[in-house]
Amino acid sequence: MSNEIQLKTTVNGIEYDLTVPARLLASDFLRDNLNLTGTHVGCEHGICGSCTIKIDGLTARSCLKFAVQLDGKKVETVESFKKKPETRNILEKFKAHHSLQCGFCTPGFLMIIDELLKSKIKFSENEIREALSGNLCRCTGYENIIKAANEILAHKEIK
Amino acid sequence: MNKSKTKYVGKNILRFEDERLLNGNGQYTADINFPGMYHVAFLRSEISHGEIISIDLEEAKKLENVYGIFLYDDLKHISPIISKSNMKKYLPTKQHILCKKKIRYLGEPIAVVVAKNRYIAEDAISLINIELKELEPIIDTINASNETKNFVHPSLKTNVILERTFSQGDIKDVNLNELISIKKIFKMGRKTPLAMEPRSYVCDINKRTNELTLYSSTQVPGIIKDAILTYLGINGNQITVIAPDVGGGFGGKASLYMEELIVVAIANKLQTPVKWVSDRYEDLLTTSQGFEEIIEAELLLDEKGNFISLNSNVYGDIGAYSIYPWTAALEPMQVAGFLQGPYKIKNFYSNVKCITSNKPPTGPYRGVGRPAAVFVIESLVDMAARKINMNPSQLRLNNIIRKNEQPYKIGSGIVWDKVGFEECLKKALSLIDYDKIKTTKKWEGVGIATYGELTGIGSKISVAPGMPLNTGSETSILEIDSTGSISATFGIASHGQGLETTLSQVVGDHLGVTPNSIKIKQGNTSLITHGTGTYASRSAALAGGAAIKVSKKARNHILNVASFILNVPKTEIDIEDNLITQKNSNQKLSFPELSRIVYSDMQTLPIKLRKPLIFIESYDPIFGASTTATHIATVKINPETFKIKIKNYVVAEDCGKVINPMIVDGQVQGGVAQGIGAALFEEMKYNENGQLETATLADYLIPNSLDVPEISISHLENFLPNNIGKFKGMGEGGTIGATGAIANAVNDALKHLNIEITELPITPNKLYTLIKNKEKNEF
Repeated sequence: MSNEIQLKTTVNGIEYDLTVPARLLASDFLRDNLNLTGTHVGCEHGICGSCTIKIDGLTARSCLKFAVQLDGKKVETVESFKKKPETRNILEKFKAHHSLQCGFCTPGFLMIIDELLKSKIKFSENEIREALSGNLCRCTGYENIIKAANEILAHKEIK
Repeated sequence: MNKSKTKYVGKNILRFEDERLLNGNGQYTADINFPGMYHVAFLRSEISHGEIISIDLEEAKKLENVYGIFLYDDLKHISPIISKSNMKKYLPTKQHILCKKKIRYLGEPIAVVVAKNRYIAEDAISLINIELKELEPIIDTINASNETKNFVHPSLKTNVILERTFSQGDIKDVNLNELISIKKIFKMGRKTPLAMEPRSYVCDINKRTNELTLYSSTQVPGIIKDAILTYLGINGNQITVIAPDVGGGFGGKASLYMEELIVVAIANKLQTPVKWVSDRYEDLLTTSQGFEEIIEAELLLDEKGNFISLNSNVYGDIGAYSIYPWTAALEPMQVAGFLQGPYKIKNFYSNVKCITSNKPPTGPYRGVGRPAAVFVIESLVDMAARKINMNPSQLRLNNIIRKNEQPYKIGSGIVWDKVGFEECLKKALSLIDYDKIKTTKKWEGVGIATYGELTGIGSKISVAPGMPLNTGSETSILEIDSTGSISATFGIASHGQGLETTLSQVVGDHLGVTPNSIKIKQGNTSLITHGTGTYASRSAALAGGAAIKVSKKARNHILNVASFILNVPKTEIDIEDNLITQKNSNQKLSFPELSRIVYSDMQTLPIKLRKPLIFIESYDPIFGASTTATHIATVKINPETFKIKIKNYVVAEDCGKVINPMIVDGQVQGGVAQGIGAALFEEMKYNENGQLETATLADYLIPNSLDVPEISISHLENFLPNNIGKFKGMGEGGTIGATGAIANAVNDALKHLNIEITELPITPNKLYTLIKNKEKNEF
């Protein structure tokens, strides 16, 4: 039933060249084909944000994309975060502020905050709240996520 | 341990769970795969009430890589699920593993397809031809209770499957003419727990040993293991139920599900691993839902503001089945149970009906009964205050049960003991500077809710009335192995609460070791003889108590062994920071040294001191720890869009001894956020055709980061219960207080319109309609 399509993509710095079914979702590709299960699937209709990844530096919902749409792109998932100092710092701030409870939505929030960190704009707390409002968390009430985000983004250098 | 101080309990120890959850190494059930694993998908009913006329599987079976399709007849050896209770007048429902003929709710599973992957399984589902006969859906709760012909379960000949009356005092002794009556009909909407991780189950099979392992996104692995024996006849030593990392529960993962049994049954039958992961649509349709009550209530008070009587009728819509194992009694009965709240009211009457409808079963949801009860009583109190022109805080203080009046038994039979109702209320009032913040401005308001709850309950009180299940004890096994490493095992199942951290803080203090040197094992039925899981604000209180008992036992034994080795009396020995030391000397032993001597050195110790370092203790608090909080919210309503914005929010709460303040605050913040959802956003709306109008997260709204304000929290630690550890449960309180506080703040903000809301959630749409109708009627 499904056509196989060739896919060349770089995920967390590793190049992949393989064939996948045309209808395979990017979220399923990362989780099932590459075993990168840190990307979580919470709603599969683009609302909850748990599946957020970065494609060529910009956040995207992996549940709303097909795997083949990653062709020729550089993809980053949460598994890459512990390896680089600036993203490692985001993880540490989440620990220090108790910004996660069950941890299921967390990868999505980490991705958005990393994107804010790398943009060249300074954000107020309200703007941070707004930027994070597209991601749903059911455990924390957001307060401790906002606290961590404030601290992470307070020290950002604006070039 | 020095009795006056704790080294770890009370401290903000950062969570041990976080590293794996942050770096992508957490392992949720959907992350688990096995070679050769099959995937299942369910054909679900697209109507709420009907009958199956025929099912044609021919096309679906022809599809490549489809390994099997199962209907009711293929699984009929699994007897119907029946949730038992010894409550009088209770009519249990029979729930078949798949629809036999009758369909009772939208999304009820009819067929299971087993295939190579989920994509193919769903292809096959779309090829099944099914013919249904539609029956008139039973949706309206009150109509369902009065129905004489159309029943969810025709054999029961009624939709009211349980009725109970609570009564205390005699209102006939009171001169009703002198009393002021506040009488309203309240409605609490149906909602869904909506954990971010959808329900999921993977069953692995070891063909060599013929043992099964069910990985389940459950809060209650112990209950599931017991149910698998009951319904599938698989003994506990043939199956292990593991709750790995679980992405939130809030009650929605605390019941037994058909999909859970089916995954095990199919893995066992086909002798291959089987996986099912719910998509969000399935999760919205089929995970146990929360609340849904209509409550007719009347508060009578005298002119001075003394409460005289509280009368109510509670109509609880429990959906299509009495949920296993909690029963239909769970939610509606506790609305009545907690309706009186923290107030002295001599006369109490409540009639409760648990009513079936063509909606999914309701089950435990954060707060259980209390969010609706608090909404009702606290609204009545504020309405009364407006009527007699008294400050709402003063009216509460006039009627609140004080410390010197406890223990105090309220009309439903619940006993309040060692609860700081008055103190929490006063603390919250001062936190928010109540008299200053009270405003006469239009569209702005402040609301108070104060409540009592029962947590960490023991064996004398079951979580749901009459339920034949021991939820009142918790066992802990503490082991020190041959390398000197320490582990403590529990029957609880953490799903975001950070129990791996908090329980290690408790063990650390009482054993004399650092929390990070202890491995906490939980959520695995093969490690403990009996356990249920994590629900009902029980885990810190009960497992914490077991942890203290077992740690003390272990410590005492270690002191005996060390006393022999060091040749000094045990009173001369201390254990701190993982070192066993002789006071005022340099003599010391590490745990690895002690273990080597106990397990491997055959000469130093007498045989009786060479027994394995395994200790086991159970803890049952018999009753429970009653507790309280006061929430105060301020709101501002946009008069054009009718959006309700929460400006300030304070919580003063009494959770006994705080184990980890950071985690406790996180539970309060998250609880309040869900309460905000219940008050302002969340409702599962079934229309008269039985169709769900909120079947996506674009329609079923939960609070986001713009909707939840910063919450100011204060803990009272001076009302300690009589249990070991002095811990009270606190996981649900945030949700319990928010409904009443927000409803009252909204009513205060509408004071210029003389409008009082009586329904939650109060959405902009409902508020608009209420205001327009009022204007129309006045014109």
